[in-house]
Amino acid sequence: MTAPTTEQAGGRTEGPEPAVRLEAVSKMYGQGRTGLLALDEVSLTVGTGEFVCLLGASGCGKSTLLSLVAGLDRPTAGRIEADGGRVAMMFQEPALFPWLTVSANVEMALRAKGVSRKERRERAAEFLETVHLGGFGAKRPHELSGGMRQRVALARALAQDADVLLMDEPFGALDAMTRDLLHDELERIWRERNLSVLFVTHNVREAVRLGDRVVLLSSRPGRVVEDFPVVLPRPRRTDSAEVARQAAEITDRLRQEVMRHGR
Amino acid sequence: MAVDARARQGDAHARQLAGLDALELTVRRRRGPASRLWSGTWPIASAVALVLVVWQLVVLAGWWPEYVFAGPAETFAVLGERLGDGEFYTAVAVTMRRAVAGFALAIAAGLVAGALVSRIRPLRRAVGALITGLQTMPSIAWFPLAILLFGLTESAIMFVVVLGAAPSIANGLIAGVDYTPPILLRAGHMLGLRRLRLYRHVILPASLPSFLAGLKQGWAFAWRSLMAGELLVIIANQPSLGEQLHFARELADSAGLLATMIVILVVGVVVDMLFGAADTALRRRWGLHQAAD
Repeated sequence: MTAPTTEQAGGRTEGPEPAVRLEAVSKMYGQGRTGLLALDEVSLTVGTGEFVCLLGASGCGKSTLLSLVAGLDRPTAGRIEADGGRVAMMFQEPALFPWLTVSANVEMALRAKGVSRKERRERAAEFLETVHLGGFGAKRPHELSGGMRQRVALARALAQDADVLLMDEPFGALDAMTRDLLHDELERIWRERNLSVLFVTHNVREAVRLGDRVVLLSSRPGRVVEDFPVVLPRPRRTDSAEVARQAAEITDRLRQEVMRHGR
Repeated sequence: MAVDARARQGDAHARQLAGLDALELTVRRRRGPASRLWSGTWPIASAVALVLVVWQLVVLAGWWPEYVFAGPAETFAVLGERLGDGEFYTAVAVTMRRAVAGFALAIAAGLVAGALVSRIRPLRRAVGALITGLQTMPSIAWFPLAILLFGLTESAIMFVVVLGAAPSIANGLIAGVDYTPPILLRAGHMLGLRRLRLYRHVILPASLPSFLAGLKQGWAFAWRSLMAGELLVIIANQPSLGEQLHFARELADSAGLLATMIVILVVGVVVDMLFGAADTALRRRWGLHQAAD
């Protein structure tokens, strides 16, 4: 158990060196009265080596928040720091380049950094090995199943040698069995590489299964409603009673939040 | 002990994943080459046979005298004769040289125009619609101007061929760039690819299918423009397919005229099939070709 248990239990947002820090971040789409406030003064910290799950119903700006941290978009107000760390991102879809082989897709992460061709090939093979896809480098993405493609996307993200991994519902489109296995894989890789993960999902059990903390966002506009520490021992199982109990508690809170929009 | 247990569990995970992977990989068997060739040729063969039958029936109906509208037998006899004649091949060679050179120039022009217009926003507003406008303009309408500018020369023909084909090619590239899936752009951005590198590694490859479609359409326009040009601009000592058409009409050589038309049709179809094959190969590589074949 390398996960810093003291940090989980006590000062959640006052970890020694936060990997990601958001301070009163707001994001407005459009302007004036027709504008849509997607995020409203969200403050959030992901400690180094911490696994944080962002949970919310639709319209809570989860994906917007990830895009802001990733630098794909700019906040309207507030500050975002991803301290010196490199940030990699996985999307809901694998987003692999269909014209490249699996290996070349992973190599693209290294290519952007000017690694030599020979070294690229070797390192891509290692990363594919990490996600148990050692023999599939020469295949094309369309020849693989959905779960395998997401693992290639994970290998590509790892190849960026990032410290922070942003994940936008990466397993949402997979069947339950594949998803469970990928949870185990992700947990192993997160531990081995001491990654800081910000994981967006709308699946409460998945959040409890994976997270050191589960941060609940409200919808329209997105605000932090509550920050639930998850102190269950790892490895956890999605179908265990402890996970179910804590998930039920969080689901109740989420329901209250959703009901506010009923009228 | 605990480490051992975890290692064993990790191993079990790997094996489960491998099992799922094996189950999910679809095994697709392709049919043999003979069967594919047959399924590709029989519809074409039937269509050709149908056309020949209708043609013969129209001739038999006797609406036109035979020296105006020759039948298939006579036409194919003339065609067979031509295929044994050196001058025919000189004519085909001249026409194909013009086609290839004109098309190559059109690709170059289309690439430059397409790249600039897709990249520079004000330019897009200024000439984007103009390119589509050029595409709809019948190429024969350019010939009077081309002949004024270049006289009755090959340059006049080339001018019109390039103007006919380049807009389609440029539009193909522009559409490809425009419809690059945003998710791939975001992925490229996350990988640290910016500006020209994003262009080279993501946008250009992503626009390849659309560009290929543009090339195919561009070829059709180039071939039409070329035939129009060769009919209008007859250059001495430069036998060409268009010129053969012209003289066959002058001499009321119906069979010769139809034979030349068949050659023009066949060349057009063959080149179109080459583009079709390239398109199929690309789709198969990208996995866009799951349903058919």
